[in-house]
Amino acid sequence: MSEQIEQAIARKYDAGFVSEVESDTFAVGLDESVIRRISAMKNEPEWMLEWRLKAYRSWLKMDEPDWAHVDYPKIDFQSISYYSAPKSMKDKPKSLDEVDPELLRTYEKLGIPLHEQEMLAGVAVDAVFDSVSVVTTFRAKLEEAGVIFCPISEAIQKYPDLVKKYLGTVVPQRDNYFAALNSAVFTDGSFVYIPKGTRCPMELSTYFRINELNTGQFERTLIVAEEGSYVSYLEGCTAPQRDENQLHAAVVELVAMDDSEIKYSTVQNWYPGDENGKGGIYNFVTKRGLAETNAKISWTQVETGSAITWKYPSCILKGDNSVGEFYSVALTRGRQQADTGTKMIHMGKNTRSTIISKGISAGHSSNAYRGLVRMGPNADGARNFTECDSLLIGDKCGAHTFPYIESRNPSAIVEHEATTSKVSDDQLFLCRQRGLDPEKAVSMIVNGFCKEVFKELPMEFAVEAGKLLEISLEGSVG
Amino acid sequence: MMLSIKDLHASIDGKEILKGLNLDIKPGEVHAIMGPNGAGKSTLGYVLSGRDGYEADSGTAQFNGADLFDLEVEERAQAGLFLAFQYPVEIPGVSNMEFMKESVNAIREKRGDDPLSASEFLKKAKEACKQVDLPLAFLKRGVNEGFSGGEKKRNEIMQMILLEPNLCILDESDSGLDVDALQVVANGVNSQRDGKRSFIVVTHYQRLLDYIEPDYVHILADGKIVKSGDASLAKEVEKTGYAWLGAKAEEADA
Repeated sequence: MSEQIEQAIARKYDAGFVSEVESDTFAVGLDESVIRRISAMKNEPEWMLEWRLKAYRSWLKMDEPDWAHVDYPKIDFQSISYYSAPKSMKDKPKSLDEVDPELLRTYEKLGIPLHEQEMLAGVAVDAVFDSVSVVTTFRAKLEEAGVIFCPISEAIQKYPDLVKKYLGTVVPQRDNYFAALNSAVFTDGSFVYIPKGTRCPMELSTYFRINELNTGQFERTLIVAEEGSYVSYLEGCTAPQRDENQLHAAVVELVAMDDSEIKYSTVQNWYPGDENGKGGIYNFVTKRGLAETNAKISWTQVETGSAITWKYPSCILKGDNSVGEFYSVALTRGRQQADTGTKMIHMGKNTRSTIISKGISAGHSSNAYRGLVRMGPNADGARNFTECDSLLIGDKCGAHTFPYIESRNPSAIVEHEATTSKVSDDQLFLCRQRGLDPEKAVSMIVNGFCKEVFKELPMEFAVEAGKLLEISLEGSVG
Repeated sequence: MMLSIKDLHASIDGKEILKGLNLDIKPGEVHAIMGPNGAGKSTLGYVLSGRDGYEADSGTAQFNGADLFDLEVEERAQAGLFLAFQYPVEIPGVSNMEFMKESVNAIREKRGDDPLSASEFLKKAKEACKQVDLPLAFLKRGVNEGFSGGEKKRNEIMQMILLEPNLCILDESDSGLDVDALQVVANGVNSQRDGKRSFIVVTHYQRLLDYIEPDYVHILADGKIVKSGDASLAKEVEKTGYAWLGAKAEEADA
């Protein structure tokens, strides 16, 4: 029966097409002149360039981390191009009518129509293609509410004071190797600002697409929620099927002021490479949020793609009574490797955090949960609950759990539960005896395993995530 | 003939368990299969339903004219073969409702029927729930997740009612049940007797047959049917036990 499970999880990658778009792409290689050129392309002010150069000089002195439970050849940072943009974006199209139809078609094929009338009601989208934002929808409607949602390159021009005030405050330039690299060469990403007391009237989302060969994508997202505000944000990502590995090193910073709430969801479907581990995206990402008094930050992620994932969306619970949540589904198959989890840093009193992690490993893949819960000396009455479940499909994959707990406050409570289970032959036999084919059966069992996390996703995306697992598990059963 | 088994031999891990079993079942008939532990009663259910590791070594089984052993597990189910498990397994996070709706519609699709809508299915599911005396909340709970032994058995019968199979194999559906639960399971089964649907009731004890009256009783010992009769045979077994079979089975072996 295990053979049938193996077949059922063989995967087809639907987003693997290449768009025929003429692009301006930098020659491969990285030095200060490349950073100056990126900054010049974006017409940035001097302070921004200085900020980048400072990051670059730090990066040069740093070493690539090797503690993650992943294995890959050393990245040659001189063989990557750090900027690529469709030629048609040079003249900065003012409306959708001026955008290259091929770009619009790309997003349509991915199920993300960019014409506002065709879109899911209530979702505004920023579409980032390689190094530039193609279009951001519903901006007028959001502006009415005082919400700023625009490409970060534009925010640097239009709202320099806001960007200057918050950029790098949660993830400093030299935070870690990949964050430092990102700080030096980031090209685009989204900027969100929710004014005091405002509930963002729509879901905000950004779709990242890597298209060009041999380029890296280095996006930077900054979300600031002022006092008493609320925003729900979702990112999605895909890339063409290529034999070469491509680097994606993003930084996301969330700032949640007093009494505010930020809900950040990710549906990550980067190209994972083929069944032999050829090609695929290296997804090395730093995501962190800072929660002030009574604020809440909630990370939900569904990770099904990438050859290698290295990602720990974290919460710094600085203010008293602040809340951090992390809900994660990470599915690996083929030769995929994931080392993912979270950090909950409790600083304030009565801070609370919840971690629910579901790892599913199939094929020859390796799936690790790595989580840190730190209770600081002032975190009186702080609480954490961690549940970490692994599901194994077949007998050639691996699941690992690396929990780190540091408590410097005797009144803090930390709970950790972990389980490992298998899609058993008994379960599969029950499903098939009830008339379900093996593919449907495995996909149903996996979806059931993930239910606790899916229910945290915004409605529209919960359906999408469920489908993604279904597609991911689709295969040819002979 | 609904099911016709001829000279069935089957081994598990190289050990022969079924050693030339013959059985004919006509539509609407209820056949009880009794026998001591290790006689091959559960093996028969698994071989017929196609469980991995329970393939027939030789012999044939015709099911409504089709060769059963040519079909995949799900194809046998789609053709109307249902197995009520002795130890139903849990599927956490998948609701009973979702599971049964997918199953019912997968089978309907094979029969060329339109799938049931959510509301049509819910109506049927509620009725089935009532029939086996399970609270409606069980529809929303994960398949067998945290169910007691008796609840799991009743849940199996509920699934049988919803799937409307042609042939139901009940694998020790009475084990571990108190008298009230036994009554509920038996009522569920009896409600499905319509003169066309056939049943194989596998049991160690005669007790269940007080509630589900069989047309035929077969004694399975050492991989063969050693004695067949009507309902009175079950009563006889209750009195004398299976000890007399041991000798007989050994004789048959020699």
